[in-house]
Amino acid sequence: MTLRMKLLVVPCAALSFAGGVALATSPVTKPAPPVSEPLPKHVVPASKDGNLVLGLCDGETSLEVEGVKEGQKLTREQALRASSKLMADWRQKNPDALWDEVPGPALAQATPPNAKKSPAPAPQPNPGAKPASSDVRQGGVGAESGAKAVPQQQKAHLQTGHTYGAYSERDEQIWADSTQAFVKEGHRVFHDAEAVGGTVGVSCDMCHPDGANTHPETYPKYQVQLGRVALLRDMINWCIENPARGKPLADGDPRMRAMEAYIYAQRKGTKLEYGKH
Amino acid sequence: MGNKFRSIETKHYAEREAFFEGLKKLDRRAFLRVAGISAGIVAGMGKLTPQSFQLVNVAEAQGEKPKFSFAYISDTHLYENKLNDRFVRAILKAVDDVNALDPQPDFVLFGGDLAQLGQAGELKLGAQILKSVKAPIKMMVGEHDWFLDMGELWRDLFGAPNYSFDHKGVHFVVLNSIHEKDFWTERKLTPMERMKIVAGLDNGIQSRFEVGGEQRQWLQNDLAKVAKTTPLIVFSHSPLYKYYKPWNFWTDDADEVQAILKPYDKVTVIHGHTHQLLSNRIGNIQFHGMLSTAWPWPYAPEGLPALTVPMNRADPFSQFDGCGTGRMDVLESGLVDKVYNLWQRDPITVRSSYLASNGKQASPPKPKLPTY
Repeated sequence: MTLRMKLLVVPCAALSFAGGVALATSPVTKPAPPVSEPLPKHVVPASKDGNLVLGLCDGETSLEVEGVKEGQKLTREQALRASSKLMADWRQKNPDALWDEVPGPALAQATPPNAKKSPAPAPQPNPGAKPASSDVRQGGVGAESGAKAVPQQQKAHLQTGHTYGAYSERDEQIWADSTQAFVKEGHRVFHDAEAVGGTVGVSCDMCHPDGANTHPETYPKYQVQLGRVALLRDMINWCIENPARGKPLADGDPRMRAMEAYIYAQRKGTKLEYGKH
Repeated sequence: MGNKFRSIETKHYAEREAFFEGLKKLDRRAFLRVAGISAGIVAGMGKLTPQSFQLVNVAEAQGEKPKFSFAYISDTHLYENKLNDRFVRAILKAVDDVNALDPQPDFVLFGGDLAQLGQAGELKLGAQILKSVKAPIKMMVGEHDWFLDMGELWRDLFGAPNYSFDHKGVHFVVLNSIHEKDFWTERKLTPMERMKIVAGLDNGIQSRFEVGGEQRQWLQNDLAKVAKTTPLIVFSHSPLYKYYKPWNFWTDDADEVQAILKPYDKVTVIHGHTHQLLSNRIGNIQFHGMLSTAWPWPYAPEGLPALTVPMNRADPFSQFDGCGTGRMDVLESGLVDKVYNLWQRDPITVRSSYLASNGKQASPPKPKLPTY
């Protein structure tokens, strides 16, 4: 928990972690088509004075950094101060979250001006703070997902709060279904000469039943025939261009992404051996 | 049509084939002379390693003389030429191959899957191309030829899918081993939907291949008049044993068919469908797979017969690599040496003595890079 929380409080406004939140709360019935929906974004309020505003990974909390204008870089000291402040805000909003106290080696090395302060201040008793159950989102999982019941169901004393604090079987099912839908789309493209953009009726499965002999675990590797190091997608595109006589797909093409998902899914449990021939 | 197209490879292999055929007729003195000449030729070409004319191969060519030979072309998977000329070029190359054999094979077996989706344009194109084969053709049906119209056009073009004949003391049987239990009626599938499901090797909706009770009875009756000492050679599109079920490298009633063949002393099964170098032996029955002209299949993740020495991984950058044709040399004993004529590779022979000795003798060369 501690390490994760530390990693999450990135002093960078653009990197929002709200993705996990949105995934867990989106409706189950319709698995999102690959990459067509934009990822959730944490939009931070603009500063009146044009100061830099940072967002916390809960997708809600933000912090205006005085003395640093939007577009300017934070010094390491400023960044550490800001992240400590954001962390403190998070802990205040989530007083029930279990928390392992660890010393902050990064801060000690950085010797900031306020070095005496603990990098991870103990939760301050704050009678005014609203209980976590009211309008503060519980750990990234929607109330409807049954996250709160998880510790009871498992009869365990579990860490709670935030995205991975407590997720239910329903959440896991959503994640698994979304992934499977992605793989299934890849299966479709892989088995359809037209979907892959081929012009001669040749589909991927004609030479690679069940994705056999695609060995994604061996990439990147030096592909002798190409005279360079290739990724799996380079070989997918090679096959599309040559045996299937289609046009190569862009890296971000949903079909390419889905096919990669399908091919990797076929090799579950296979040891990664990049560079292997 | 077939003779219009002769690639460099075809010519090269035709010349080499003729060279090896000639070697079989040599006595020891002539053998040494030719070996010397071939080494001289190789040196003259500036090659470090004698590639085609290796002395080892020369020595190997001095094996048991075949009583007769027949060749095969198999698994051509034709689309119409206007959609895809790739597979058409491959079958033309194969026709060149078998026409270039000297001496000519007694006949040429077509191993099934002439068409890709059983369409009239595909089957008729294949029938037309195969007319260019000089030797007589024996046709066998594959699932890609069958499941659009359940074999109607195929039977019109080529006759009954199962039959038998005798040739130089060997009894030959051709089976239709690609029957499947009805998976389409209940699902209300169109003929083309049914065809495409069967055409997908990894499509689990379809049933497993079988010879079927009716045809097994036919086989039993056919063999009733054949002496147990008569060598049998059975042609089947599916392997007639159980290799890998998910891809239908499998015949569901293989055990029953094998039981019918068991009383015979010498039985060889030649099968298509698997598009790879594949050898097996079950009791008295020796099995050989056939190469495809269209594409090689990877080896299945499990179930590979222990006697199979797999072929090197196919180079995806070469259309013809891992594909090819082949020849069966029927020995005096009635058993078969199977020559895999791998295009753009040196040919590999899997001898009956290798299978008969359970792999102790005459082992074929090992692969450097097997498939994953």
